[in-house]
Amino acid sequence: MTKKILSAALGLTVAGLLASGASAATLDDVKAKGFVQCGVSQGLPGFSNPDAQGNWTGIDVDLCKAVAAAVFGDASKVKFTPLSAKERFTALQSGEVDVLSRNTTWTMGRDTSLGLNFAGVNYYDGQGFMVRKSLGVKSALELSGASVCTNTGTTTELNVADYFRANKMEYEIVAFEKADEVVSAYDAGRCDVYTTDQSGLYAQRLKLTNPDEHVVLPEIISKEPLGPVVRQGDDQWFNIVKWTHFAMINAEELGVSKANAEEMKGSDNPEIKRLLGVEGEFGAAIGLSNDWAYQIVSQVGNYAEVFNANVGPDTPLAIARGTNALWSAGGLQYAPPIR
Amino acid sequence: MSQSNTPRTSFVRTEMVGAEPAPASEVGVVGWMRHHLFSSIPNTILTIFAIYLVWVIVPPLLDFALFSAVWSGENREACTTLVQGGVQLDGWAGACWPYIGDYISQFIYGRYPFDQIWRVNLVFFLFVVGLVPILIPSVPYKRENAIYLFGAFPVLAFILLSGGNIDLNGFLLPDSVMAPGFAKFIVDFLILTAVFCLIGYGVARGTDSPPMPMMRGIAMGFAILLVVILLFGADFGLETVETEQWGGLLVTLVIAVTGITASLPIGIVLALGRRSQMPAVRLFSVIFIEFWRGVPLITVLFMSSVMLPLFLPEGVTFDKLLRALIGVALFSAAYMAEVVRGGIQALPKGQYEGAMALGLSYWQMMQFIILPQALKLVIPGIVNSFIALFKDTTLVLIIGLFDFLGMIQSSYSDSTWASPVQSLTGYLFAALVYWLFCFSMSRYSLFMEKRLDTSRR
Amino acid sequence: MAVADTPAEAGAPKAAIFNDPKVRGAVIQIVLIGLIVFLIWGMVSNAATNLARQGIASGFGFLNVTAGFGINISPFVDYAETSSYGRVYFVGLQNTLIISIAGIFLATVIGFVVGVARLSNNWVISKLAYVYVEVMRNVPLLLWIFIWYFSVLRLLPDKANPMNLGPLGLLNIAGYYAPKPIWGEGAIWIGAALIVAIVASLVLSSWAKRRQLATGEQFPVFWTAVGMIVVLPLIAYFASGMPLSFEMPTASRFGPRGGMRVYPEFLGLLVALSTYTASYIAEIVRAGILAISHGQTEASHALGLRSGPTLRLVVIPQAMRVIIPPMTNQYLNLTKNSSLAVAIAYPDLVSVFAGTTLNQTGQAVEVLLMTMLTYLALSLITSLFMNWFNAKMALVER
Repeated sequence: MTKKILSAALGLTVAGLLASGASAATLDDVKAKGFVQCGVSQGLPGFSNPDAQGNWTGIDVDLCKAVAAAVFGDASKVKFTPLSAKERFTALQSGEVDVLSRNTTWTMGRDTSLGLNFAGVNYYDGQGFMVRKSLGVKSALELSGASVCTNTGTTTELNVADYFRANKMEYEIVAFEKADEVVSAYDAGRCDVYTTDQSGLYAQRLKLTNPDEHVVLPEIISKEPLGPVVRQGDDQWFNIVKWTHFAMINAEELGVSKANAEEMKGSDNPEIKRLLGVEGEFGAAIGLSNDWAYQIVSQVGNYAEVFNANVGPDTPLAIARGTNALWSAGGLQYAPPIR
Repeated sequence: MSQSNTPRTSFVRTEMVGAEPAPASEVGVVGWMRHHLFSSIPNTILTIFAIYLVWVIVPPLLDFALFSAVWSGENREACTTLVQGGVQLDGWAGACWPYIGDYISQFIYGRYPFDQIWRVNLVFFLFVVGLVPILIPSVPYKRENAIYLFGAFPVLAFILLSGGNIDLNGFLLPDSVMAPGFAKFIVDFLILTAVFCLIGYGVARGTDSPPMPMMRGIAMGFAILLVVILLFGADFGLETVETEQWGGLLVTLVIAVTGITASLPIGIVLALGRRSQMPAVRLFSVIFIEFWRGVPLITVLFMSSVMLPLFLPEGVTFDKLLRALIGVALFSAAYMAEVVRGGIQALPKGQYEGAMALGLSYWQMMQFIILPQALKLVIPGIVNSFIALFKDTTLVLIIGLFDFLGMIQSSYSDSTWASPVQSLTGYLFAALVYWLFCFSMSRYSLFMEKRLDTSRR
Repeated sequence: MAVADTPAEAGAPKAAIFNDPKVRGAVIQIVLIGLIVFLIWGMVSNAATNLARQGIASGFGFLNVTAGFGINISPFVDYAETSSYGRVYFVGLQNTLIISIAGIFLATVIGFVVGVARLSNNWVISKLAYVYVEVMRNVPLLLWIFIWYFSVLRLLPDKANPMNLGPLGLLNIAGYYAPKPIWGEGAIWIGAALIVAIVASLVLSSWAKRRQLATGEQFPVFWTAVGMIVVLPLIAYFASGMPLSFEMPTASRFGPRGGMRVYPEFLGLLVALSTYTASYIAEIVRAGILAISHGQTEASHALGLRSGPTLRLVVIPQAMRVIIPPMTNQYLNLTKNSSLAVAIAYPDLVSVFAGTTLNQTGQAVEVLLMTMLTYLALSLITSLFMNWFNAKMALVER
């Protein structure tokens, strides 16, 4: 009996030790532990992808770095947790991660019924199709009878079913658990079509044997606004993540970049002054220092810099700004002013 | 032999003729082949068929793995054909070993920080130092060795791998009574110790036995526990490495070794429970064992990754690796229970009767008479369970942990080495490594089986 | 206790109660039950609060909700995107059953062949079987599945240029397309003839057995039965005016159309599962045969039986008794291992139900509970069946 009691006590103690307080104030927790815990994908080039040394890069990764820069003034105080599509929401709900930045589509169901809040859209995406050039397909409407590879557990599977049904086309779905397996199967020729978010198609195309033999079709069959997610019920943390994203867009709009952030502090433009914390007390209102946005821009960069460095035309992904251009340039990225 | 008692018949030979050598068709290579390969027509057909099979499988495999393989190179160019943008001639197919060479440290350590890798190496070294002597039956000090391997080593390994330095904030009193912190942890721990000592005192008084030994035992246990926890909490100046950064062979071994170490005590308790006289205990053990044995491991892993967080109170989170470990340990404990039960049942009844005749209590009988013999009997079974577990750890890649195979799969997403032969090379390498581990373990299991077999005859 | 025979034992009632094994047992059991109830209660209440907090629905109402996603393989259960999650469950169960039954059958065949081959006098054959066993079972099954699926995929011709197998259909990376039989009018007679042939064969075999027991005369049952089963339906086929035709698969832009299709996911999983499990079955068969004393073989040789009939009539029937219990375990393992289908897109129960359905509904507890209970039930049924079979094969003791 003694042994049993001892082991029970041990179990209890271990449970107690591992209890990390995911209490109401995420900001206090984050400050106490000294870093931001950020949930990312298990490897999606351009969004969140580890290199051979295990360093994470990508748009989603940079957003987390920006949050760390805003909170600590140090963009490196962030740790990444790779999450599968299945476990991502559980991980956020249970407090395993502080912010989920994992190319997650903002849908009403997720926003309202999972106890989560979407803090913004850092990439406007839509589901697309990729096929072999040799098939000679020009439009998704010619795909009747094709077999379609995708991965399970995402909105993709439902969208493709809706699209083919709506257009009265036959199709065969081949759904894999992990993205890597989808790519392998598509590359081997098991499927005619690979479908996922269009940005994902560009990213995954890099993993194919001969990327040039494949073409992404022009059709977009769904709206996929991707953005960071936080737990519901902590408005302060929600605001920090939301405004981190807005600060990057505002910085681009005002022409503040990584390189000129320091000299821009001396700018006469009152908007820039407010952004960089020279005027006003906007940082204090969300529990941060006043130069929070300056730290973001000087360490991570503005939205354009982040976009171009990770997915832009000069990267292997070569994605054009398109809908992700600023509102002033005909895109959808729009941030409320800081004032 | 003297002449006197042999008859003088000169035509009778006095010495035997030496045996004629067997016909050439019965000895040597030819004879052996006649007996073992071409003894009859169906046999000859079978032989030819088998040789054909070998011919179909082995040369292409060797060609792919060795003769046509690429042994050096910087990136995908070395392992792709001209059409694919590389240097190889069209129609070439061979293994791409430089890719493995480039990634080998990731395959072993995962994404463990590069400058901290010595810690993992030290753990591997400490493990081997403890393991090798315990595996060789003739090496003495088995008891001390086991204490090191199952007591000291896990603590050391945990501190080395994770960096230790856990926050000890207390666990018992609500935060309103006392602010969380190290002091609260100590107070909480002392309260817990006192409570258990009191329970021990009550039990001892109730059973009319002197309370001191029991209380001393409990206090000792808690003191050891406190030392271990304080060690976990102490700051050794090691950088903290989150389990997310662990990967590759490291995770495979952590899961397999922890799984088997944790499953052994649970399995023993369950096996005893299943043979218990108490119906409730027996029923619980049977249900527990049969439940875990009846469901696939993958659903257990899904359960631990998706369902377990729901069962915990709000704010309590388990590390992802720890969750998987709990699932694996419970699962393998059920199998271990059956292995141990086999050993217990194999003991003759006389052992129980003898122990009872000596006046030993149930626990004394189990501790000194039954379990030592039963466990020795099931060593091969335990090794076989370990092999099965070692292979089963690959399943954690489905729930998104990067074990050895998971790490190999994830390396396919790096465009530096993307080529048609990349995945085949990776799988070939994985198969080779798993095979080496499992085959040597199964040889060891056979060796122990033979050894134990002779000792019982 | 040992002193229970002395009736005057009122000296130390407190000690007696605590030292009484019955009382102590009862206390321990009550404590255990209490602990379990407390644990379950804690988990349930935690789960309830967590679900309520996260706004996740609970209960089994989701089974009637439209699933909305496609499943490519569903040979027997009607399924469309408009079907409910409840139907998804049955599609998954059906696919799990199909792969398990096919896998068990194939694994048994390969396992027996390899197991017997390991004991062969032929050196090449026995070494080959040894290498097979050691290679197969020392590499994880999941890795085998990846290897078979992805390497088989790479070896097959692409969709546009399927390999033409003539009357056997087409083969390419998207699967094997067999000719599909089209039953015309009167085809029922073919089926009827087949059934008649099978029944007649069964009757014949029991008659032949009785006659052999009575008189010792043998009757070539096997060949007669084969003849009947082949010839009778053929006669019916021609007599009813050849009502059977085949729909041949034809190549099209996105691969062949028509015919009966065997999916590569199914093939890959089937080959991996059955070859892996066969290596264990081979060892079981070998151990079973070795467990039969050599005297049996010698006696049977002395009676003039050759090694084939010796194996078939003397050794294997006896070895079956040793083989069946561990074989049951392997069948159960294979059924459970079929859940690894999730890695290669074969829509089994774990893949479509514990995978996709769980993701879409978020109702982890209900979905996983249903899945686990299903596997438990499958295990139980397999065990019961094998126990019955074992009892039938057991030595009849007189």
